[in-house]
Amino acid sequence: MNPLRLLRRSFDHGVHPAHLKEQTADLPIQRVPFVNRYLMPLGQHIGAPSRAIVTVGERVRRGQKIADATAFVSTTLHSPVTGWVRKIEGFRSMDGSFAPAIEIEADPYATQQEERGDPLPWQSLSIEEFIAAVQEAGIVGMGGAAFPCHVKFSIPDGLKIRYLLVNGAECEPYLTNDHRLMLERPDDLLQGAEIVRRKIGAEETVIGVEVNKPDAIEILRRHVKPDQSVRIVPLQVKYPQGAEKMLIKSIFDREIPAGLLPRDVEVNVNNVGTIIAIFDYFERAIPLIERIVTVAGPGAAYPANLIVPLGTPVREVLRFCGGLKEETREVIMGGPMMGRPIASLDVPILKGSSGILAFTEAETAGRKEYPCIKCGRCVEACPYFLNPSRLARLSKARMFDEMREYSLMDCVECGCCTFSCPSNIPIVQLIRTGKDDLRNRKETEQ
Amino acid sequence: MTEKDPNLLLQHAPLLQQGMTTPQAMRDVLYALLPVTLAAVWFFGLGAILVLLASIAGAALTEWTFASQEKGGESLLDGTALLTGLLLGLTLPPGLPLWMAFLGGAVSIGLGKVIWGGLGHNLFNPALVGRAFLLATFPIAMTTWAPLTGADGFFTVQPSNLALPFMQSGTDAVTSATPLGLMKFEQQSTPLVNLIIGNTAGSLGETSGLLLIAGGIYLWMRRDLDWRIPVSILITVMIFSAILDMVDSTRFPDPLFSVFSGGMLLGSIYMATDPVTSPITPKGAWIFGVGVGLLVVLIRAFGGLPEGMMYSILLMNAATPLIDRYTQPRVFGRGKALT
Repeated sequence: MNPLRLLRRSFDHGVHPAHLKEQTADLPIQRVPFVNRYLMPLGQHIGAPSRAIVTVGERVRRGQKIADATAFVSTTLHSPVTGWVRKIEGFRSMDGSFAPAIEIEADPYATQQEERGDPLPWQSLSIEEFIAAVQEAGIVGMGGAAFPCHVKFSIPDGLKIRYLLVNGAECEPYLTNDHRLMLERPDDLLQGAEIVRRKIGAEETVIGVEVNKPDAIEILRRHVKPDQSVRIVPLQVKYPQGAEKMLIKSIFDREIPAGLLPRDVEVNVNNVGTIIAIFDYFERAIPLIERIVTVAGPGAAYPANLIVPLGTPVREVLRFCGGLKEETREVIMGGPMMGRPIASLDVPILKGSSGILAFTEAETAGRKEYPCIKCGRCVEACPYFLNPSRLARLSKARMFDEMREYSLMDCVECGCCTFSCPSNIPIVQLIRTGKDDLRNRKETEQ
Repeated sequence: MTEKDPNLLLQHAPLLQQGMTTPQAMRDVLYALLPVTLAAVWFFGLGAILVLLASIAGAALTEWTFASQEKGGESLLDGTALLTGLLLGLTLPPGLPLWMAFLGGAVSIGLGKVIWGGLGHNLFNPALVGRAFLLATFPIAMTTWAPLTGADGFFTVQPSNLALPFMQSGTDAVTSATPLGLMKFEQQSTPLVNLIIGNTAGSLGETSGLLLIAGGIYLWMRRDLDWRIPVSILITVMIFSAILDMVDSTRFPDPLFSVFSGGMLLGSIYMATDPVTSPITPKGAWIFGVGVGLLVVLIRAFGGLPEGMMYSILLMNAATPLIDRYTQPRVFGRGKALT
C-alpha cells in the first residue's frame, strides 16, 4: 500500500473539476409548494418496473402505495399527494421516449399533511422482515443510480458485512443536497445509519465526506452519540470520489475485483439521502415520497436546495425558484459530470434526481474537436485504468469487438476522460456507443 | 424569468471540461522553445533566423497545400506545422543552404505527417523525418558546422546559407567541429560549462543545455510533457555511458558530457516526448525512454556517426505501437486476487 494514501484518503487517477458548490452550499433546504399535477413513472429505478395497483379515478392519499414491486430487483411507488389518479398511460420521459406512468391530480382542499405513523419496531424485525420493509417503503439509492436499496441488504450466505459505508462524498460539482442533509439532519442521519448497521450486523459505520465540506464533518462528529459506532472520514476532493468502488478504495484501500460488489469486501455502501429515507420510514413511517433536489447552474435564476415531492414536473420546481435565465440552453438532471439532459421541462422529479442544473451557451457551445494526439491525459485520468484514447479511436472506426480487448465493459462512464481531453473528443460518449453496440448484438444473438 | 421553454439542447454530460486545448499545448511548446531560439540567433547570427524561417516556411506551406483542401486551411491554425518547422530548424547546422532547410520543412510535413493522415496519425516524429531526409540527401551540408559568430558578428550570414539549389557552395567556408565530433574523432573533450551555456559548434538549437532544460521544466509544470520520457532517457544514458567511461575513458566520454552534448537534450525533451509518436501508457514511456537511451549511447560509441539521437528516436517511434499494445495498464479490480 502506498503510505501516502493514508494521509490523503483517495483513490488513484481521477480529475479535479471546479467545485462550483458555493451557489447553494449555504442555502437551507426549503419545501416547494404542492402543485396540481404529479407524474409517477413506473420505471424510475434500476430493475423491473413497478405495477400500478390503483385505477383511473381512484382517490389516493399522500403516502399511499400506488404501485407494487414486480420482482426482487424492483420496488414500490407511493403517492406524493392526496388527490385522484387521472391517467395511467405512456408519457414522455427524460430521454424523449415513452414510458408508462401514473398521473395524479392533487386535491386542492386536502391538507397534504402526511400521516405520521408510529415508529416501526425496527429493533425486533428479522433481517428478512427489514428487507421487505425497505422494499415496501420504495427506497432506492438516492445518489442518482436509483438501485433498489433492499437488494443490497440481502447478503448471501457465507458473506458478512463489517462496515456500513455512508457516502457523503458528493463529488459532482454544483450539487449540495447531501451536504445540506448532513448539516440539517445530522441526528437523523446517524440514527438512520445505526438502524441499518444493526440490521445488517455491521461492526462500524463509516461516513466518508470530502474535505470541502468541513462544516458537515464537524457537525457529524459532534452529534455522534456514545452508543453509536461511527467514524467520520474526511476524503480528498476529487472526482469521482463518490463512486462506490473508488470510495472503498479511498477509505479501506480495498480494490473490488471486477464483476464483484462491495459486499464481497465486507462493505455495504449507501448514500446520505438513502439513509435519511430509511430513517423517515422506520422512525416516522413515511415512505419515499419526496427527496432533496439542488437547483443550480449558471442558468438558474435563484439557485436553491429544495424538498420536492416525487413526480413534481421540473417546470414547477423551476418556477418556484424564479425559473430559468433567458440564456439557458440545456437542463441537466443530476450532476454536470454524469447527469442526463432533459428534452422537456414537463418531465417529473424522480427518486434518483439529485439536481436540476441549467447551463448556458458557455458550457454547451460545441467545442472544436481536434485529432487525438495521444497525450495520455485520459489515461492518467481514468480511475478504472482503462485506455480511453484507444477505446475512442476504435469506436470511431466502429471496431467494437476490438474494444472488448481493451476492457470496454469495465468502463463506468464517469466522464473523466472527456473532461480531461484537450482535443475535445467526446470520449465517454464514443465508449458508450461501443457498449450499446455490444449489448444490442448480445441481445439479438439470444 | 422566462415562461417560454428554451429550446433545450441534449448535449451529453460531462458538460465541464478542463481548460487545456491541443493548440494551446502546441503553443506552450513554442513558448518553451523561444529562449533556445533566441540563443541560436545570438550564437550563430542572423543566418540562424533565416534557416529557421526557411524550415518553418517549408512546413507551413506544405501543411497549407495538402491539408487545407477540406477544411480551408484550418489545420494550419492548430500550430503543429509551425512547431514541426521550428523543431526541424533547431536541429539543422547554422550554415545550411536555405533551400535545403525549406525542403526539409516540406518533407517533414509531407512525408512525416500529411501522408499518414494528418495530425495524430503519424508513426514517426515529423521533424526527425525531415532531418533524416536531409542527412541522407545532403550528408556534407548537414555535417558542416559553421563556427560561432559571437556578438560582433551578429549580422553575418554564412555564404553557404545563400547557396542556390544544386549548386556547390565554395569549399572555402570556415568550419569547426562539434563537441561530439571532437570527442569521437579526436578524443578531445569540451568543457562542461561551454556545453551548458551553449557556446559550442552544433545544430542551431541543441547547444544550450541550460535553456533546453528550463523550457522542459516549463512544459512539465504546464503538464504538457510526459516527464518519464526525458528522465528515463537521461538516466539510461548516464548509467550506460558511465559504464563505458569506466572501461575506456579516453574513447568514451563521461556521463555529463554525454547528456549535455549534441542533440541529447533537444531530442529527449522536445522530440522523444512528441505525444503522437511516443507510448501513451506510463509503463510504455519508461520502456521507450530506456530504449532511446541505450540506442543513442550505442550509436555514439560504436556507430560511424558522432550523433545518434535522431535515429534512436525514430527507431523507438517504430516500436511505439508494439510497446503500447503490451503495456496496457492493469484494469481496476482485475489481475489481483480477492483478499
